[in-house]
Amino acid sequence: MQPIDTIDRDIMKKYCLDFTVVNNEAIHELYSLLTLTPSDSSTSLPDILPGQFVQVRVDNAETFLRRPISVNDVDRDNHTLSLLVRNAGEGSRWIMNRRQGDTVNLMLPLGNGFGNIAESDNRPLLVGGGVGIAPMLYLGKCMSLQHRVRPAFLVGARSASDVLQLQSLQQWGDVFVTTEDGTMGEKGLVTASSVWNEEWTTVYCCGPAPMMKAIAQICKKKSLPCKVSLENMMACGLGACLCCVEKTVRGNVCVCTEGPVFDTADLTW
Amino acid sequence: MANLEVNIGNLQLKNPVLTASGTFGYGEEFKDFISLDRLGGFIVKGTTLNPREGNDYPRMAETPAGMLNAVGLQNKGVDYFITHIYPRIKDIDTQIMVNVSGASIADYVAVCEKLKVCDKINAIEVNISCPNVKQGGMAFGTTCAGAAEVTAAVRQAWDRTLIVKLSPNVTSITDIAKAVEAEGADSVSLINTLLGMAIDVERRRPMLSTITGGLSGPAVRPIAVRMVWQVCKAVNIPVIGLGGIMNGRDALEFIMAGATAIQVGTANFIDPAVTVKIIDEINGYLDRNNFKSLSEIRGII
Ligand SMILES: Cc1cc2nc3c(=O)[nH]c(=O)nc-3n(C[C@H](O)[C@H](O)[C@H](O)COP(=O)(O)OP(=O)(O)OC[C@H]3O[C@@H](n4cnc5c(N)ncnc54)[C@H](O)[C@@H]3O)c2cc1C
Ligand SMILES: Cc1cc2nc3c(=O)[nH]c(=O)nc-3n(C[C@H](O)[C@H](O)[C@H](O)COP(=O)(O)O)c2cc1C
Ligand code: FES
Repeated sequence: MQPIDTIDRDIMKKYCLDFTVVNNEAIHELYSLLTLTPSDSSTSLPDILPGQFVQVRVDNAETFLRRPISVNDVDRDNHTLSLLVRNAGEGSRWIMNRRQGDTVNLMLPLGNGFGNIAESDNRPLLVGGGVGIAPMLYLGKCMSLQHRVRPAFLVGARSASDVLQLQSLQQWGDVFVTTEDGTMGEKGLVTASSVWNEEWTTVYCCGPAPMMKAIAQICKKKSLPCKVSLENMMACGLGACLCCVEKTVRGNVCVCTEGPVFDTADLTW
Repeated sequence: MANLEVNIGNLQLKNPVLTASGTFGYGEEFKDFISLDRLGGFIVKGTTLNPREGNDYPRMAETPAGMLNAVGLQNKGVDYFITHIYPRIKDIDTQIMVNVSGASIADYVAVCEKLKVCDKINAIEVNISCPNVKQGGMAFGTTCAGAAEVTAAVRQAWDRTLIVKLSPNVTSITDIAKAVEAEGADSVSLINTLLGMAIDVERRRPMLSTITGGLSGPAVRPIAVRMVWQVCKAVNIPVIGLGGIMNGRDALEFIMAGATAIQVGTANFIDPAVTVKIIDEINGYLDRNNFKSLSEIRGII
């Protein structure tokens, strides 16, 4: 496997490929974990950086555009990638209803990803709220396998039963949990966790916008670099339509090409 | 293999399939998915004299069989296009056209004057659906007088192929088409997006920051086909048809309604390789039915 750091994302070729569902596990009443492999066995799985996403073609009458979904994990040995999908409406439900053997068309790899991990970034904190944990698993795995850095994950959920992929996360790092009802870990929101009393080098975050904004504020106060993965509504996913823009210090930029990951210092939050 | 070549005024296209402005970036965004030189041509993003930031997010909403957009002509301006983008795309073996927009007649003319240095740009498409700042924001393209005035001014400034892109948000699109033909347009393209609106009922808010926006996609196709058919009957210049084309069958609808060429817009978002599939499907249809060229089916309705 080529070390992720040596891949230049500007020359990463994009593909539009059919994938076959290898497995679809309903890990929660609201979430499914799909494992997919290129349908054509002679096609290799494209390189994917942590934080990049795919555009899933949804083949039903109710929706029209593709749906952007983060890459949750990549298994090079088995030529598979996985997607953690939350039931948010017709499109995500269609994806969740794919069964083993079904075909799904994906455009990938899209977006910038979390970028190179600096040598000095030896105590990273990866924060995920709800389905925002999706890109954090693959990021944590790459940090652990390629940088020999054991990251810490901070997971926020409503209740113990809503904490997703706990075992998978624990494989790659230490996991801290906050639940709103106190049924697991510390009671409260991720922003109230005691992990904020410890020293971190960079905070990586994905979740609902209010959560990301609150964490950006905490990091600002502590002068900690903070990277967030945004979920703006997308049409093309390729930088062609300019529908997905976010305001930055450089003006409006496309989240699908210059993001989805942004340094919060570049945002106007 | 049937003959797919078509002419728009003096402009030769290797096939009738173009891409619609604002949906295909600068072509480069699609180079991993298709060989750009297979296209009849592509029309780059709406280009204005000065850089524009466009409208606030949210700018897009999915609607039944289509989408609303309110991008608001975000672009880095014509100078940036000429110095940074044009050199990267100019040697692609296809016709590259620039979609020109402006808030005043002087803006349109200034953009055309500047584009003259780009010797590989053989055609421009003038978007007259932009708000006319002088006339209180009413689009040039919604009155015959406004459309004629822009066309006449641009015609003076640009001697290569001039295509005028018509707005469907008018009472009689044929009158507008005749007005721009009379001022020397070489071709008209239609339709631009239809003005639409959607409301998020749960949040009790409009879906777009601008409240209203432009509807595109298959939802608009029957309207577009009707308008193309009407305009083809009303003018003698070649007509470029677009609006909701998703496949070869849809493209053939426009050609049978009288269009010389077609553009593919929103469909590029769903399948980035759709354009070359459409070329192949048109060709397959002609071969299957023993037609030697598109002229045998053009305007048969
Ligand atoms: C880069 C990126 C990565 C993402 N990663 C994941 C992921 O790993 N897992 C996951 O479950 N979801 C992810 N999302 C969100 C996912 O794309 C939306 O939930 C999905 O598009 C909703 O579509 P729908 O048809 O199910 O719902 P719709 O009926 O279209 O909408 C339901 C609700 O979701 C909102 N929504 C619609 N489209 C989007 C969108 N593109 N982004 C955010 N909200 C949207 C709508 O405003 C509405 O409130 C990601 C989004 C982006 C931009
Ligand atoms: C996101 C988006 C941006 C667009 N930008 C422009 C533009 O800059 N100039 C223009 O003349 N038309 C623009 N259009 C209109 C399209 O070129 C086309 O006329 C319209 O979308 C109908 O075709 P379609 O249904 O195939 O998309 C835009 C359309 C979309 C969806
Ligand atoms: S979704 Fe089209 S530019 Fe980002």
